[in-house]
Amino acid sequence: MPQHPDRRPDPEELLRRVQAEERRQRLGRLKVFLGYAPRVGKSYRMFAEGRRRAERGEDVVVGAVQGQATPEIQEILSRLETIPPVIERHAGRIYEVMDLAAIFRRHPGVCLIDGLAYDNPPGSRNPQRWQDVRDLLGRGIAVITAVNLQHIREKQTEVERITGKRAAYSVPEEFLLDADEIEVVDAPPDALIVRGGTAADARALAELREMALLLAADVVEWQLQDYLDAHGIAARWGAQERLLVCLTPRSSAVEMLESGHRNALRFHGTLLATYVEQPSLRPEDRARLESHLALAREMGAEVHCLPPGDFVETILAFAREQRVTQIFLGHSGKERTWWGGRSPVERLIDAAEDFDVRLFPHKDAS
Amino acid sequence: MSQNHKGRLKVYLGYAAGVGKTYRMLEEAQEMRRQGVDIVIAYFEPHARPETIAKTEGLETIPRRVISYAGSQFEEMDVDAVLRRKPAVALVDEFAHTNVPGCDRTKRWQDVHTLLDAGIDVLTTVNVQHLESLNDEVWKGTGVRVRETVPDWVVDDADEVVFVDLTPHALRNRLERGVVYKAEKAQQAMDNFFSEANLNALRELAMRHAAHELEEKLTPPPAAAIEPLPGEMPAPEKGPARERILICLTGRPSSAVLIRRGKRVADYLQADCLAIHVANAANSSEPAERHLTFARNLRIATHVIQSDDAAGAITTFARANRITQIFVGRSRPLPWWQRFRETTVQRVVRQSRDIRVTIVAERRR
Repeated sequence: MPQHPDRRPDPEELLRRVQAEERRQRLGRLKVFLGYAPRVGKSYRMFAEGRRRAERGEDVVVGAVQGQATPEIQEILSRLETIPPVIERHAGRIYEVMDLAAIFRRHPGVCLIDGLAYDNPPGSRNPQRWQDVRDLLGRGIAVITAVNLQHIREKQTEVERITGKRAAYSVPEEFLLDADEIEVVDAPPDALIVRGGTAADARALAELREMALLLAADVVEWQLQDYLDAHGIAARWGAQERLLVCLTPRSSAVEMLESGHRNALRFHGTLLATYVEQPSLRPEDRARLESHLALAREMGAEVHCLPPGDFVETILAFAREQRVTQIFLGHSGKERTWWGGRSPVERLIDAAEDFDVRLFPHKDAS
Repeated sequence: MSQNHKGRLKVYLGYAAGVGKTYRMLEEAQEMRRQGVDIVIAYFEPHARPETIAKTEGLETIPRRVISYAGSQFEEMDVDAVLRRKPAVALVDEFAHTNVPGCDRTKRWQDVHTLLDAGIDVLTTVNVQHLESLNDEVWKGTGVRVRETVPDWVVDDADEVVFVDLTPHALRNRLERGVVYKAEKAQQAMDNFFSEANLNALRELAMRHAAHELEEKLTPPPAAAIEPLPGEMPAPEKGPARERILICLTGRPSSAVLIRRGKRVADYLQADCLAIHVANAANSSEPAERHLTFARNLRIATHVIQSDDAAGAITTFARANRITQIFVGRSRPLPWWQRFRETTVQRVVRQSRDIRVTIVAERRR
């Protein structure tokens, strides 16, 4: 991918590079299997990978097993070394705590940890298991783990809306973003319904499946960005649609924002709104602009105010920096001179190479 | 869900060769065989991968048909033999394959439709880069222009799509170990198409597409607009109508990008999608004809209008057909001595002032 010669990394990009560097210095590699519902087979996939790696000569141990293992998983476990959990009782509850100290002593090459979302009993080294994993990685032990969508903290409200249930344990999404690898375990819902023997709601499962895929796509995009940053490549490409609504006092802001919002929702994209600061704005225009910006924020748009300057140049630079794929722009086609001396809209269209320009007629243009 | 086919179609969707689509498909085939399902291999591409070949053991294979073309021998699926054998389920690898000339149908997906029409369920594999609507995205992300494509509706119509995932790290490991290709080809592949950035880009695209497919099946389309006859003024209608997108295509090569982009937006917005070409006496419409065929393959309703005033014809058509968005490509810049004149795009924007106009840019890498 060619680089932009005249572009210096912005602060956000620099920060990302530093973080990427830190991650690479972390010693152990983290791989996560993500499932969209229980029983999709993520544990099996994880242990199967552990077995394959052991067969190839890697030093693999099992750090945690979750619940009742299926016969297929038991068969794999019988061939792998397991560090047994510590059984603890607290306030009438039984905890199966991963024996972190024993794993540290054993210091394997790879540790398999099922059930990433788990709360340790009070008095443990870490309150939650994902923090244990972080400590293992810090000591140079690679970890392969498995987690279900309903345990991802930032997704729990949405999952609850779909299933009516909220999982007790959670893992922050940030932890997934930090993984070196994430693999989605996908299976059509009917297989689950048959396997589970329950009349589970196929629709709910399909919704969860979609969510898991989108979450994984976000993680992959993050990793791609990471990779490009690490190699000093300025990316101008993402699979995600990024829509930029350019607001001016006279534009049909409601129509543009509604359309942008709908597009962003349908494409699972990002909605950005911007305006180029104009120093001498009449009070009534200022008021209209402010109400447009308020509406943009209400619709969940990221609002950016850009410093005064040449409108076209400012918008173009911002669009490039933000990897925008569509620009929404108002126009009043009524005055003939609009096309006469190269209007801003015309110049923007001429310069638009990586994004579409969608023109919205001003409502008062008749 | 397809209504007109009797057979069910299940697609294993991956993001690159070697992620394990065929392996997963064979695993499922073995499971079905154990359950007593009458399943055969109608076409299988072994790629000299021992683990995958081992998975075919015990499955009945319909011999391929040998076709001579240009002095060479090619092997294709023997559709007639599969039809005669009439299994309950047929396994057909590589959905996007183009048949060698001399076959009854040009594309394998058309062969698959023949099987489905005959009431045979089909399991098949496809990679995301073979989907027509993603062709530009794939090119932009990877620099590779994929030639063998399938129209999206062919995959959209599948009863089930399963996303087969493998991390790029693991895929590259498999390449290094020579699982996917032989050693010398593997190194070449890793430097080019299978670079880490490319794989990540393709993978993200595949995930988003698979998620979109699911959402499509979950979301009922907005109230259908009454399809007006060409030239007829439609009846007034209550409630928010669904979007209607008009793609203005020409004979210029960039029209292919325009069609894919317009169709992709239409699909995501669940909008109706139409295409128009304005032909005039001076221009040969032959190159445009290719684009019209391409649009029809993507199930876009196409219209050709004779007029010397392209912008006027587009605007009139758009009004008559209650178009909400017009998609156009950028006009060629006018020479300096004509700078006072308007380009077609400028005129469309000015004349259809109550309709949104989207100018689709050519993407660069």
